[in-house]
Amino acid sequence: MTGIAITLRALHDGERRMEHDLLAAAERHRADHEIRHVATDVARWSHEHVERLAHAASHYGLDLAQHVDHPSLGRWTTLREKTAEALGRRPETGLVLLHDLRDLHLTATENSLNWEMLAQTAKATRDSRLLDLATACHPQTLRQMRWTNTMIKTLAPQLLTCM
Amino acid sequence: MPRESDRIAHPWGARTPYGPGRPWPVRVDSFLQPGMSAEHIERWVPTASLLHSNGDAMDIAVADGRIVGVRGRAGDRVNRGRLGPKDLFGWQANHATDRLTTPLVRDGGELVACDWDIAMARIVTAAKSLLGERGPGAIGFYTSGQLFLEEYYTLAVIARAGIGTNHLDGNTRLCTATAAEALKETFGCDGQPASYADVDHADVIALFGHNMAETQPVLWMRALDRLEGPEPPRLVCVDPRPTPAARCATVHLAPRAGTNVALLNALLHEIIRTDRIDRDYIDARTVGFDELAAQVATCTPAWAAGICDVPARKIEHAAEVLGEAERLLSTVLQGVYQSHQATAAAVQVNNLQLIRGMLGRPGCGVLQMNGQPTAENTRECGADGDLPGFRNWQNDRHVTDLAEIWNVEPTRIPHYAPPTPAMQIFRYAEQGSIRMLWISGTNPAVSLPDLARIRSILGQERLFTVVQDLFLTETAQLADVVMPAATWGEKTGTFTNADRTVHLSDKAVDPPGEARPDLDIFLDFARRMDFRDRDERPLIAWHDPESAFEAWKRCSEGRPCDYTGLTYDRLRGDSGIQWPCTAQAPDGTERLYTGGITWAAPDVCETYGRDLVTGAAVSETEYRALNPDGRAVLKAAEYLPPHEDTDDEYPLQLNTGRTLYHFHTRTKTGRVPQLNAAAPDVWVELSPSEASRHGLAEGDLVEVTSPRGSLRGRLRITGIRDGMVFVPFHYGYWDTPAGDQPGADGGGRAANETTVTDWDPASKQPLFKTAAARLTLIAPGDGAIAPAPTTGASAPVHPRTIPPTIGGPAAVAVHTTDVLEGGAR
Ligand code: SF4
Repeated sequence: MTGIAITLRALHDGERRMEHDLLAAAERHRADHEIRHVATDVARWSHEHVERLAHAASHYGLDLAQHVDHPSLGRWTTLREKTAEALGRRPETGLVLLHDLRDLHLTATENSLNWEMLAQTAKATRDSRLLDLATACHPQTLRQMRWTNTMIKTLAPQLLTCM
Repeated sequence: MPRESDRIAHPWGARTPYGPGRPWPVRVDSFLQPGMSAEHIERWVPTASLLHSNGDAMDIAVADGRIVGVRGRAGDRVNRGRLGPKDLFGWQANHATDRLTTPLVRDGGELVACDWDIAMARIVTAAKSLLGERGPGAIGFYTSGQLFLEEYYTLAVIARAGIGTNHLDGNTRLCTATAAEALKETFGCDGQPASYADVDHADVIALFGHNMAETQPVLWMRALDRLEGPEPPRLVCVDPRPTPAARCATVHLAPRAGTNVALLNALLHEIIRTDRIDRDYIDARTVGFDELAAQVATCTPAWAAGICDVPARKIEHAAEVLGEAERLLSTVLQGVYQSHQATAAAVQVNNLQLIRGMLGRPGCGVLQMNGQPTAENTRECGADGDLPGFRNWQNDRHVTDLAEIWNVEPTRIPHYAPPTPAMQIFRYAEQGSIRMLWISGTNPAVSLPDLARIRSILGQERLFTVVQDLFLTETAQLADVVMPAATWGEKTGTFTNADRTVHLSDKAVDPPGEARPDLDIFLDFARRMDFRDRDERPLIAWHDPESAFEAWKRCSEGRPCDYTGLTYDRLRGDSGIQWPCTAQAPDGTERLYTGGITWAAPDVCETYGRDLVTGAAVSETEYRALNPDGRAVLKAAEYLPPHEDTDDEYPLQLNTGRTLYHFHTRTKTGRVPQLNAAAPDVWVELSPSEASRHGLAEGDLVEVTSPRGSLRGRLRITGIRDGMVFVPFHYGYWDTPAGDQPGADGGGRAANETTVTDWDPASKQPLFKTAAARLTLIAPGDGAIAPAPTTGASAPVHPRTIPPTIGGPAAVAVHTTDVLEGGAR
């Protein structure tokens, strides 16, 4: 596999994971309404990235299409939602939230670095298809990073001091 | 010659038509208690309206130590003597027999009367022990949009530098937070660019989700007078309901709820496509035009039509009217602010003004309106989630400057994160990290979304709740300590309306029983807590309204909301004065940004901005790179589908809102006979075809159910768009047998039993206008009539079958139009 193909695959995996983790966090933290709604909104970006990556990959001899179904959280969903609501009144859930936000931030950061590599390679090889892809998607990944970062900054002082 | 009219039946009174650029003629309205006439009046005491944000100047009539009526002030720039129905009749609420007259504390589960020492001691003990055990983050304050500037400022100093908590917000979060955020995103700073006087000059007035006729009746009188005069302005109205403005509009667009950004992007698309933009203005005054143009490039009217369910040619027509305007005034309110993508949509209205170069000239401006009378003051004073004086919490110099004014160490002022918005304060209380919540002048048990949740938060054993109000509201009934407060007419202070006009409200009469001004309550608390500054002197050195005002002036100095040119004496003059008012601008400032964008430079701006979709903070570095010269920022936004959409189970979009005769949770207006009789109970609005689809008729008792709860009301069939159900949001339970929650039959009455807990990520304003619901018939009307007024947007489509709303002899007020300029006093 070429370096480009490796990066495309890594991004494809990373964006799928990001979408999945965002939706899982939205569910787990239903009682934190801003997290829940914004996580669902920005998960849509990762979903689009996955589709676009799969489409682009075919030009580099890579078949990512079989991965592209919507990540389903399955029948545990209802159970988790119920637990989330019951637990929403306990201060400890704040720690779980910070932990999840930190993981989301790290995943987004990893994706961002991969987009960076892809964009640089695209420039070097004058591959406009790849460059357009990275230019379109990377800003949204950066927005996911800034969002998780802002939420951690905002919530940590309260959640860590008032246990 | 004085004339009489029923001002419930004719809420906007008589017309005084005038042409463009002419001064708005005077019309002085007054209403005195029956049997009272001018010769009985001992004193006229200056004030302004407290039951909406317009800031209508009036004088309170006093006889025998009682308020006996009101009269509009002829010389005032805001109303030129006019008063709305709530202004005319609302003062009678002060006399309600169920005012709180002593403090109450909870003992053995019951609220029992006590004296101030006992009540205060409980609060101080709780605050001190929480501070010791859990730190300042355990204490939160939730205030109002109806106190005075002096009170908010004092509260802000107590919370920020006394307690040291980040948790202080006002219920202005529910009505004006998006206005503030939208102005900050575009202009780097809060502050209304335009002035009400722009109505006198505009040739096109665009109302975005702003039912001006019912929320600012006096401003609507100004618009009506223009509409009846020579060369009337054309109106563009965006509203799903058939408001009076919609009926007068050249173009009325009634989009699906939650689609404002799609609609505005299409309008911007058309204006850019047809090259109706002001290139020179854009180049000289803004950044971000290319991104905006790229964002809206694909947002054609046909695309938006599919999302908004509005004909594409109507969108084109609206774009044409907006694009051809020579003096365009846009106004925005809850239809945008309380809906999905609130800030993103409000910012697009700013963008529209900017790309057309319609700013800083007579008739050209944007009014990002407020709902509450003193909302602007919470913003200035930092009682609503910002630092006082529009200071930037991310800018260390601003924090140091504030610390200097308060004579404390900068580290004492929390600025590690943005101040906590109201909905998050309630979340922290739900989670148990906030243990004391002090609620002043507001009623979250009726006004916040998803009431079952709010009641359960306030009812928690572990949360110590303090309430300070006029009445035993639904919220006060859940409190641990209740303090009786004085109100408008019973205390002195200043307040500032949406167009920056500052009025003084003087004390006219004594408060009932042991009720005290909110300022005295806060000062007493500060004294008992013994807050000190860096030199061990009392942190709060003022002792009455005027000294508090002087302290605030120092804090406002050099900031956009500069009050240094104002004094109580000057404000006792004929008219209110607009800030900034300084030595250089001693008569105040009519319009901001007449010479350029003044407060967006990185060193002075109030915020570096936020991502409109995620709310993520923009960093200082990013802002400096984006906007080094401090121009207006044209911020693009993509449309996102609403978070709660209709489905088979909940097929209708649920919309809620304010109507003409009510304010806030009816704590006052529900106790005013004329206003209460005009709309005594909740109702439910549906369009004719939606009603027939549901097999429902006018007057049927129906239940509105959302995934969170339900309410019951009688049906009114109106010209509202199909697919939507509307419920007025004021009704609560204090005047029902249950007292503080739905009755045993489960039939709720408050609209917020059903609304969703969701807020705009940028402004943190809760969304009361995007939820899904279903309707079921509880009992046929059999000739019953919905208690909805016929005067505003709830007017019936078949008026012949419904008697018109009238006030009768009790609602007859007087007006004169032949007063000499300023001569009515
Ligand atoms: S009624 Fe509600 S939304 Fe309207 S001004 Fe009052 S608090 Fe704000």
